[in-house]
Amino acid sequence: MSLTAYLTVAAVLFVCGVICMMTKRNAIAVLMGVELILNAANINFVAFAAYGPIGLDGQVISLFVIVLAAAEAAVALAIALNFYNNHLSIDVDRADELKN
Amino acid sequence: MLLTISWLLPLAGFVVELAASRWMPRTSRLPAWFAVGCISTGFLLSLTALGIWSFTTAPAVVSAPTAIAAEPVEHPTAKQPTAKQPTAEQPESEDTESERTATTHADPLARAWSGTFYRIAQFGHLDLSLDYYIDGLTLVMFAMVTLIATCIHLFAIGYLGGELNEELVDHAVTLPDGSHFHRPGRFSLFFAYLSLFCFAMLGLVLAGNLFQIFVFWELVGVCSYLLIGFYVERPAANHAANKAFIVNRVGDFGFLIGLMILCTGLGTLHFASPRGSDRAPGLYQLVRTPQGELTVTGAGREKTVSLNVPDGAPAKSLPYWLLTAAGLGLVAGCLGKSAQFPLQTWLPDAMEGPTPVSALVHSATMVAAGVYLIGRIYPFLTPEVLLTIAYGGCLTLFIGATIALVMTDIKQVLAFSTISQLGYMMLAMGVGGWMAGLFHLITHAFFKSLLFLTVGSVIHGCGHEQNMERMGGLRTKMPFTCWTMFLGVIAICGLAVPMLPPLPWIGTLAFSGYHSKDSILATALAFASSNPVHSLLFLVPLLTAGLTAFYMFRMWFLIFFGAPRDVELRDLSHDAPRVMQVPMFILAIFAVTIGVAGEQGPLVALLRTAEPVAVTAGMLGAGSNWTFPGEQEIHQQHLMAGGAALLTAFLGTGLAILFYAVGAVDPRSIASQFPRTTRFLQNRWEFDPLYEQLFARPVRIVANWCVLLDRHVLDSLLDRLAQGMVRLSGWDRRFDEAVVDRVVTTVGTSTWNAGELLRKWQTGRLRHYVTSITFSVVLLFILLFLCLPGR
Repeated sequence: MSLTAYLTVAAVLFVCGVICMMTKRNAIAVLMGVELILNAANINFVAFAAYGPIGLDGQVISLFVIVLAAAEAAVALAIALNFYNNHLSIDVDRADELKN
Repeated sequence: MLLTISWLLPLAGFVVELAASRWMPRTSRLPAWFAVGCISTGFLLSLTALGIWSFTTAPAVVSAPTAIAAEPVEHPTAKQPTAKQPTAEQPESEDTESERTATTHADPLARAWSGTFYRIAQFGHLDLSLDYYIDGLTLVMFAMVTLIATCIHLFAIGYLGGELNEELVDHAVTLPDGSHFHRPGRFSLFFAYLSLFCFAMLGLVLAGNLFQIFVFWELVGVCSYLLIGFYVERPAANHAANKAFIVNRVGDFGFLIGLMILCTGLGTLHFASPRGSDRAPGLYQLVRTPQGELTVTGAGREKTVSLNVPDGAPAKSLPYWLLTAAGLGLVAGCLGKSAQFPLQTWLPDAMEGPTPVSALVHSATMVAAGVYLIGRIYPFLTPEVLLTIAYGGCLTLFIGATIALVMTDIKQVLAFSTISQLGYMMLAMGVGGWMAGLFHLITHAFFKSLLFLTVGSVIHGCGHEQNMERMGGLRTKMPFTCWTMFLGVIAICGLAVPMLPPLPWIGTLAFSGYHSKDSILATALAFASSNPVHSLLFLVPLLTAGLTAFYMFRMWFLIFFGAPRDVELRDLSHDAPRVMQVPMFILAIFAVTIGVAGEQGPLVALLRTAEPVAVTAGMLGAGSNWTFPGEQEIHQQHLMAGGAALLTAFLGTGLAILFYAVGAVDPRSIASQFPRTTRFLQNRWEFDPLYEQLFARPVRIVANWCVLLDRHVLDSLLDRLAQGMVRLSGWDRRFDEAVVDRVVTTVGTSTWNAGELLRKWQTGRLRHYVTSITFSVVLLFILLFLCLPGR
């Protein structure tokens, strides 16, 4: 298993996450896309930790990232909840008050 | 010192009076008394100065530069200033003349005080300062001017009494609706002007350099203008004032030329420098030697006059013709100021001013300034200039006398008489009689102002009537005026008691006019006998003496004798009030006595102390074709000239009595036999129309041309220029709007459009934002990897 393979997997995951963010109208789905992106980054870090010069630091960083992802998910869900309180829907297309 | 105070007092008077005219009520006479106070104090001071000067024996501080010919040591100090010298020294002068050693006559420069009041500026060689030059002539002039001015101030208080009202009706001025003009009285203003005039005249007399004389000369002219035009609202007075000033100005043009020549040629304008001072030698010391000679070298065009420069200075010389030109220029100024031919037309018109003005300014002082100036600049007049003056004077005296024969306005008679007498003075100066001319100046001042005052009293008494033909028989109503005028008339005619041997102290029994006229005629005769080609210079004044007697007595008889031609006028007339009688009386005394003892008298002695050396020794004509008489020659001719003059004067008087007092011959029948001559004389020899055609009309034509030029050329030029500017600014505006504004607007609109365009990017939709972030990151990464070095 070469490094490139891991990186390819991470890239695929990344792209999926981006497409998920770009195309989904549900806010929770967008959050899922964010999680995918973060996890892709994690895979990248771990791959480099195994095959690259950074050693164990990569794995430590990925632990950090997981924590951060969790915190960020909590905040994002709070925003979504607030958004639902105001708009009675979580369709992101409805949040266009900054239009123009 | 005393003279300085006496000179400046009238100036203070002028200033105070101008102020007083604001504060004091119009009807107060206080300003007048103040003016009288100023001028009479001036008189007392100058009299004191005269006394002090006469009795001093210490020589004064001026002397000729020491480099010139070794003068005998006794020259400046030996001569005593006593009066009896001239007769005793006659025999001596004969041998000294041939030897050319020091003259017997005391050098006037040794007797004069000269100095600087205040140095204004010094630019290299040119030195501008306020100088004074005091000698016998100055003192005599001061005393004369102040005395006459005092008398006239007093007289004017009475004469101008009409001006004391708040409202005055001026009948000589009619308004467009036909009524006469009402105005407030201007009493104190008159005295202000009189004080200013006295200040100017005294300054002129005191001045020690030519430029200062010129300044005061002009100031005197200005005062004359103000005083003649005192009745400002009368058009005749305005014209007369303008004429006086302009004609004077014409003369001053010549004066300036003379000044400039002297200044550049001789380098200095002051008369004399005090001994031991570091100033350059003055004009008197430069032009003639201490013996009174003009050192002339060369002949014809190349004649030059070498100047007396002190030791060590480079020799300077002036072309002879240039000196003559300077003399002629200065004399032109005198012609204007003293109303001589050809500039005499202003004086008769100047009679528009009030009579005190005529008495002070136009008979005794201002017109005398011209003669005084000639007296002052005498040392630098070349014989040619002197001869010109003589002929000019001769012509003038004849013109004046003939016109006075036919005038009917009493002031005009006196005006022409003044012109004629000034001609006498000029003639005297021109033939070498320096002393005679100035002697006549002083005596004339007294009797002419006396005559003007008496005439003023007649005018005042007859309710401002000036036409002789309406008077007559006023003797009974105005006795004081009548007999005072009689004294003046005798003085001007030069009558004397003939055949009497000269009394021991008084000399010939005669009034002052006789003595001065006698000196003039004696000098003229001496000149004519040594230069027979110029005998006209004696015959014409002799004849005119007869004419003078005739017209003066004519005037006197017409006013005071015979049946009154206007009975109502005679009944309404009254004699002068006391305040006017006193000055007439004083002046009458002086008119009688000032010339006492003639050439042996005190006045002449005083004048002789100031006489330039050139005159006495007969040195004037050195280097020219004709000879000027010295003292001795004049003395020889005295008896003959005096006799002839007396004869003609009595003849004239006799004719006047015949015509006017006795009525044996009717003058009108004579006049009708020579109608054209009479008309010519009555029109004042047609000078006014001549000058009108020669000068005034061309000036008006040129002025019209200038107006047309201004209106059609200059104005249209300016208009077109303005229109062009307007058109230009129109283009500019259109350019501004079309181009510049468009650029600016385009910038604005494009920015706006760009903004509108970019605005569409902000959809507010989250997914679009995510998309754009993604694409941008990808782009950036590609660019980064493309551009990284070494890849």
